[in-house]
Amino acid sequence: MENQLFKPGERIAIGASGGKDSTVLAYVLSELNRRHNYGLDLFLLSVDEGITGYRDDSLETVKRNELQYGLPLKIVSYKDLYGWTMDEIVKMIGLKNNCTFCGVFRRQALDRGAALLKVDKVATGHNADDIAETVLLNILRGDIARLSRCTSITTGEDGPIPRCKPFKYTYEKEIVMYAYFKKLDYFSTECIYSPNAYRGFAREFIKDLERIRPRAILDIIKSGENFRISTSTKMPEQGTCERCGYISSQKWCKACVLLEGLNRGLPKLGIGRSRGLNSDVKKDIKQGGGTESIESKQCGSLDF
Amino acid sequence: MQLTLEFGGGLELLCESVKVHNVNVDLPKGAEKLTMRDLLSWVRTNLIKERPEMFMKGESVRPGVLVLVNDCDWELSGQLDTTLEEKDVVVFISTLHGG
Repeated sequence: MENQLFKPGERIAIGASGGKDSTVLAYVLSELNRRHNYGLDLFLLSVDEGITGYRDDSLETVKRNELQYGLPLKIVSYKDLYGWTMDEIVKMIGLKNNCTFCGVFRRQALDRGAALLKVDKVATGHNADDIAETVLLNILRGDIARLSRCTSITTGEDGPIPRCKPFKYTYEKEIVMYAYFKKLDYFSTECIYSPNAYRGFAREFIKDLERIRPRAILDIIKSGENFRISTSTKMPEQGTCERCGYISSQKWCKACVLLEGLNRGLPKLGIGRSRGLNSDVKKDIKQGGGTESIESKQCGSLDF
Repeated sequence: MQLTLEFGGGLELLCESVKVHNVNVDLPKGAEKLTMRDLLSWVRTNLIKERPEMFMKGESVRPGVLVLVNDCDWELSGQLDTTLEEKDVVVFISTLHGG
């Protein structure tokens, strides 16, 4: 309530992957909407990255959710939007940096799907553990720009479509327990391309911390929120991409850079400290075996 | 001792995709009661057919795996020291996957 997430009459798209967070989010939002007459128009929005044996199964779960909760479903696919499925992308770039491509493309895909549905906001199932992991990741990589933005419960208000995370303070454990006791139907497998993701290390650490001192998760988020940057630090400015008009802090948005790389057979374009189209150090500090990953969560790990 | 064990959240894949197991567990020699500690090592030896590191870390379950004894979080009943009785239901749910 105090975060003013929604207003009556708004159209909201729920990013739905079929996994535990988005299923619980869809269930809770539709229940509360019904019980308290929020007057919200809810939709399920799902992204098909084209990962056989994984996404096609989880999409079946979302289709069941559509029937179970009575929320209309829209699916957008990488194939339609970009001309590439994740399977094809991985064949070209190998098994490293997969999550970089997927996360960037997914964020845009969600925005485009949201625009097609003409919604006012997108709600995603990111939970407290996710946000704490993101805070840690950004600290480890020295990404100040993202650090200051990633803890906001609503982001992108000046961008295409604002995005909010109602579960920001909800522990992953609570979500799983809720789903278990309410017998909610969800899909639970790791994305087949995720094993080497950098986020995995942050996650292990957070889980070990939780075991010793569970409050640590909320404390990390609180620290992230209270982070202040000196005004003399240079920050990247938000503009628009020259090629597609999407929001970007560089000449070309990340998705266009990556796509260009794919189409020209240059899989490394946009990865690592590139001198390519954007000589851009701040945005891609992804070296070695590390990439940002969301391990198949349905919305990008890092927000604008 | 007769017990019912359930695996969820992807853990069933470690037990040949069987979600519910009705098992008979013997008390360790000389012990009066069966604790979760004993049960865990029994499960690791007898039920987990692959990738045991996904289920256990050291003496306890891997962080990120929830344990419910008769629908009650085991952290309330003493975690590894929880004692089990005949016909108890123990549920293991993994949280380590996308949402």
